[in-house]
Amino acid sequence: MSTATSTPSRPSAGRALPLTEGSLVQRLLRGALTPGGAVFILAAVLFVAVVAINPNFGDPPQLIRFIGRTAPIAIAAMGQYYVIVSGEFDLSMGAVIATQVVIAGNYIGQDEGRVLPALVLMLLVGAVVGLVNGLGTTLLKVPSFIVTLGTMLALGGLVRYLTGGAATGNPVDTFREIGRGGIQDVPVIEVLPYSVIILVAIMAGGVWLMRSPFGRTIIATGDNPDAAGLAGAHVWWVKTRAFMLSSLSATVAGILLVGYAGVHPSVGAGYEFQAITAVVLGGVVLGGGRGWLLSAAAGAFALELLFSFLNFQEVESTWRPTVQGVIIILAVAAAGRAWSLGRRPSRTSPPAAPAPPSTPAHPGTETGEK
Amino acid sequence: MRRKIHRAPIAVASALLLGVVATACSTEDPTDTDSGSESSETSAPEESEESPAEGGEQEWFDQAVYDEQYEQRSATFEGDPETPYLQYIDGEMTDTSEYKSNKAGKACFANASISNPWRQTGWITMNQQLKALQEEGVISEMETRDAGDDDNTQIADIDYFISEGNCDAFIISPNSTAAMTDAVERACETGKPVVVFDRGVNTDCATSFIHPIGGFAWGIDTAEFLVDNLEEGDKVVALRILPGVDVLEQRWAAAEKIFDENGIEAVDFFTGADPTEIKTFITDELNKGEIQGVWMDAGDGAVAAIEAFEDFGADLPVMTGEDEMSFLRKWEETGLTGLAPVYSNFQWRTPLLALQKIWAGEEVPKEWVLPQTPITEDERADYLEANDGMPDGHYAKFGGEDLVGYPEVWQERQIP
Amino acid sequence: MSATAAQSPGQTPGQTPTAPEPRESVRRRRAARPRNTGGLSSTSLIYLVLVGVIAASVVLTAIEGRNFFSQGNIWAVLTAMSVLGLIAIGQTLVILVGSLDLSVPYVVSLATVIAAGGMKGLDSNLPAAGVNTLGLCALIGLVMGLLVGVLHVHGFIASLGIGLVVSGYLGTNYQGSHGDASPDLELLGRSGIAGIIPTAFIILLVAAALVTLLLRYTRLGHHLYAIGGNQDVARMSGVRTVVPVVAAHVMCSVLAGFAALLLLSRTGVGLPTIGSQGRYDLLSIAAVVLGGTLLAGGKGSVIGTIGGVAIFAVLDNVMGVMQVNPFLKDFVRGLVIVLAVAVYARRSVVRRPPRFGGSGPLGASLGTNQKGGAA
Repeated sequence: MSTATSTPSRPSAGRALPLTEGSLVQRLLRGALTPGGAVFILAAVLFVAVVAINPNFGDPPQLIRFIGRTAPIAIAAMGQYYVIVSGEFDLSMGAVIATQVVIAGNYIGQDEGRVLPALVLMLLVGAVVGLVNGLGTTLLKVPSFIVTLGTMLALGGLVRYLTGGAATGNPVDTFREIGRGGIQDVPVIEVLPYSVIILVAIMAGGVWLMRSPFGRTIIATGDNPDAAGLAGAHVWWVKTRAFMLSSLSATVAGILLVGYAGVHPSVGAGYEFQAITAVVLGGVVLGGGRGWLLSAAAGAFALELLFSFLNFQEVESTWRPTVQGVIIILAVAAAGRAWSLGRRPSRTSPPAAPAPPSTPAHPGTETGEK
Repeated sequence: MRRKIHRAPIAVASALLLGVVATACSTEDPTDTDSGSESSETSAPEESEESPAEGGEQEWFDQAVYDEQYEQRSATFEGDPETPYLQYIDGEMTDTSEYKSNKAGKACFANASISNPWRQTGWITMNQQLKALQEEGVISEMETRDAGDDDNTQIADIDYFISEGNCDAFIISPNSTAAMTDAVERACETGKPVVVFDRGVNTDCATSFIHPIGGFAWGIDTAEFLVDNLEEGDKVVALRILPGVDVLEQRWAAAEKIFDENGIEAVDFFTGADPTEIKTFITDELNKGEIQGVWMDAGDGAVAAIEAFEDFGADLPVMTGEDEMSFLRKWEETGLTGLAPVYSNFQWRTPLLALQKIWAGEEVPKEWVLPQTPITEDERADYLEANDGMPDGHYAKFGGEDLVGYPEVWQERQIP
Repeated sequence: MSATAAQSPGQTPGQTPTAPEPRESVRRRRAARPRNTGGLSSTSLIYLVLVGVIAASVVLTAIEGRNFFSQGNIWAVLTAMSVLGLIAIGQTLVILVGSLDLSVPYVVSLATVIAAGGMKGLDSNLPAAGVNTLGLCALIGLVMGLLVGVLHVHGFIASLGIGLVVSGYLGTNYQGSHGDASPDLELLGRSGIAGIIPTAFIILLVAAALVTLLLRYTRLGHHLYAIGGNQDVARMSGVRTVVPVVAAHVMCSVLAGFAALLLLSRTGVGLPTIGSQGRYDLLSIAAVVLGGTLLAGGKGSVIGTIGGVAIFAVLDNVMGVMQVNPFLKDFVRGLVIVLAVAVYARRSVVRRPPRFGGSGPLGASLGTNQKGGAA
C-alpha cells in the first residue's frame, strides 16, 4: 500500500480520491477537514481573535510586517518539513542559523563588496552541513536525532570558539536590508518587505518541488523506506537532499534574521524546536510520510499568532510555554486521530465501508496535489 | 470516509478552545498561587540580604538593601578613581596576615560560565590581568573550571579543587546564590583565602566578596532617569533577560517600585536577550499603543529594541541600555534620550588583584563594593572614542586599558 | 519476532529487532546467527570504548601532572555519573518502548522545588516530601504515558508539550531558589565509601540493577522490548500495549524525581532551572544511544546506558582537567556522540542485505506508532 503513495495520483483516478474531485471550493472544503488543512482554520481563527483584541493588528501595513517577521520561522518550518516528512529530525537548525549570523557579521563586516560572496559562502556552508547530516544519517546509519544533535553541539561550539563567543558586529546595511527592508510606497500596505517576497518564492518553489518526482519520492521514503527503495528510489540520496534543503532553509532564515534582529549569539536559539512544533501543528506526522508543505508554514503562522494573542491578552510571558505545550499536544492528538481514522477502518466504527484499495494514497496527494 | 474525517476540525477547534481556556485560566493563576499553599509554605526565614526571594516577585524587594544601595550610589570610594577596579567603600576589612607568602601561589577559579558577552569580556580582561601578575611573580598559575551555567557542575568543580587542585587560593564566581553556599563554605574550611565575586553566597566566610554596588542601584539609576524624562501616565516596556537571577531581579524590583510610585505604566517581558523576541514584543506593544520609554535589565539586545521602533515608524523612546558597545553606538547614531547603566565589568580584574594584596598580607575589604556609575550622554563620546574598534559585544567600562595585549586581545576577542 | 521475545522470557532482549523491516529477512538473519552474540558483543563494545576513553584520559591527565585514579578524581567522575545516570536509566526504558522523554529537565527542576519546599529544612518532613515529590513525578509520567499510549501522541511531542507546560508553571511560580533540603538528605549527598564511591553512585547502581532485573525477568520488561520492537506485532500477539508504555513513562519520571532528590542533596535548595542547566534531556538521550540502545526502541540495555553515561563523565572530567575552552567542549561532545554511535550503528547493520541499506532505523520505527495501520 505504501508503493501506492508514490504513484502520482491524478484527478482522473476518480472517486477513490475525493480530495481531487469536484469544484475548487469543494476541494478546499474537504482539504480543510484534514489535519493539514485544519491548521489554516486554526490560523484564521487565531487571526480573527488577535484582531478582535487589537484592531490595529488588522491594518494592512501592520499585517504585512507581521508576515515579514514570521517569514524566517515559516521558512525554517518548511525546511524542517522535508526532513520530517522523510522520516527524520533536524535538530541542527538553530546552530546553522547561529553560524550564518556569525559569518554575516564577521566576514561581511562593513565591506559592501563582500555581500554577494558572503551569500554564496553562507549557502555553501548550509549545503555542506546538510550534506554531513544526511550522509551521517544514511551512510553511517546513525539516527538523525543523534547526528543532528551532534552537529548542533559541534557546530555551535566551534563557531563560538572561533569567534570568542560573539560576532564582531552587524554587517553592512545593504545586507541587512534583505531581512529588514522592503519595497517602499506600495499602495495599501505601504511597504512590501523583501522577506515576504522571499517567503512567497520559497513557498512556490517548495510546492513545485513537492509536485515533482522528488516530492513524491520523499513522501514515499518517509512512509516506507524499504518499499521506496524497492520501487527504485535512492533512499540515501533522497534523505540527504532533504537534510540539505533543511539546512539551506535555515540559512535563508539566518540571512533574514541578520537583517531583522541583527547579529547576536542568541539569534536562532531554540529554532529547531520551534520549527518542529510548527511542522507538527501543521498536521505533519513525525515519522514521515504524511503532511503538506504549506501546512508547515501555516503552523508557523498559527504559532506566532498564538504568541501575539497571548501578548495582547497581557498574559504573563512566563505562561507562554505552558500554553504552547497544551496547544501542541492537543493539536497532535487531534491530528493523529484524524489521520488514523482517515487511513483505515476503525475497529470502533464497523459500519464504515472498507477503504478502497487506493485510499491510502490520499495523504500523498495532500502534499501538493490539492 | 466523510464521517470519519469530519471529526478532525472539531478536534482541532476544541484544541484551540482549550488553549484559549488555558490562557484565560493562566491570567488568573499567578494571583491564585500568591495566596496559595505554595508560597505560604515557603516563609522559612532567610539569613542574608543576598538570599533569593521565594514565591512572588515582590519578595525580591528588600527595603534595607535598597536604602543601602541608594546611599552607596553617592558614597565616597577609597582609592584612585583612575583605577576603579581597586576602589572600595570604607567598611569592615579582613586581616590577611596569616596568608602572607613570598612565593608565587596557585589560584583556582571556579567560573559560572562565559555564556554571555558580559562574562566573555570580563574573562578576557581577567586573563590579561593574570598575565601581568604572573610576570610580577605573584601568581604561578590559575586553574579554571567552567561550570557551563550549571550549579551541580560548579559544586563538583569546587569540590574537585579542594581535593585535587593543590590550590593556594580560591576564586569563585557563583552560578547561583543559595545553591553554592555550602560549597563555598567547604572551600573556606580549607583555610586558604577565598574570593567571591559578581553574584554572592549566603555566607560571609569568604576573605573578600567583590561586587559593584548592586542590582537595586542599577534599578534606581535607570528608573529615576526614565521618570525624570517621562511624564506621569507614560508607558514603559521593561525588557528582562530571565527570571530568578538575584542581580537581575533586584534591578527590576527597584525599578518597578519607582515606576509605581511615579505613575509610570510599566509592562515587563522575559526575552532571553534574543533580539528576535525583543523585536516581536516591542512591535506587538507598539501595535497596542504608544510607548514612551524602554527599560532593560541588561543592555544585551538593546539595538533590536531601538530598531523595532525605527521599523514601526514610531518615535524613539527614552531608553536605558547598558555600557555594551552596540548600545552606545546605536544611541549615538539615533540621538535618542538615553542612559547606559553599568554593571562594572572591570570587577573581573579585582579578584586577582585582591589575591595579590592577600598574599602580601595587606588587609582587604570584607565586602569589596566597587563603583558603579552609569554613562551619561555627555560622557558617551569619550567612551566611544576610547573603545574604537572594539566589537559590539564589548563593554565600555571593562577597565583593562593598561594591561598587556590592549587593544588587540579585546578587539579580536581572544578567549583562552 | 518481537512477539517471540515477549513469549519466551529466556531470550536476550538484545536480540529483539527494531523496525518494521521486512520480517522474512530478519528471521533468516536471526536464525543464521548464534544466540546472544548480538547483545553481548554490543555491550562489550561499549565498554571497550569506555576503556579506550579512560586510557586516553589517564595519559592526558598524567600530562597535566595529575593522577586520573586519585581519590578525588574518581569521586568526581562517579558523582558526575549519578544524576545523569538515573535520568538515563529512565530514558532507556522510554526509548526501549519506542517513545522519548524530553520533559526530564523540567520534571527534575519541579521535583527539586517541590521536595525542598516540602522539607523546609527539617528531617521530620523528609519522608512526606519525598513521597509527595515522587508521587507528583509519577503523575506527570502517567499523563505523558497516557498521551503516548492511549491518544497515540508521538513521545517527542507529548514530552515536549508536558515539558513546556511544566516549565511555564515553574517560570511563573518560582523565581530563584526555593525551600530548604533536610539535613539528612544533604548528609547523604556528601557521604560515601572511603571517600571514593559516593552514596549517590551506589543509588545509581541499585537502580540500574533493579531495572535490569525488571527488563530481563518480568513480563513487563519483555513487553517493553516487544512493543518497542514492533507495536503492532506485539499487540497482535496479545500484548496490551498501553500498560507497558504508561509504565515506562511513569518509571522514567520517577527516576527523574530520584535524580532531583540527589541534586537537592547537593545544592541544599530547590532550583527551578537546575534541570535545564544540566541539559538532561538531550544528554540523557545521547547517553542512552551512546550506550547501544536503538533510538527506535526494542533493543538495548541499562548496562549499556551506564557505559554511555560513564563515557560522557570521563570525557567531561578529562576536558575539565585539561582546561579545555568551554566552547570547544561542546564541539568535542558533539563529535564523540556521532562517531561513537556511528561505530555501533554500522556494526549492527553490516549483516543487513544491501538492498535494505537505505532505511534509517529511526525513521522506520518512528512510523510504527503513528501509522499502525500501514504496517
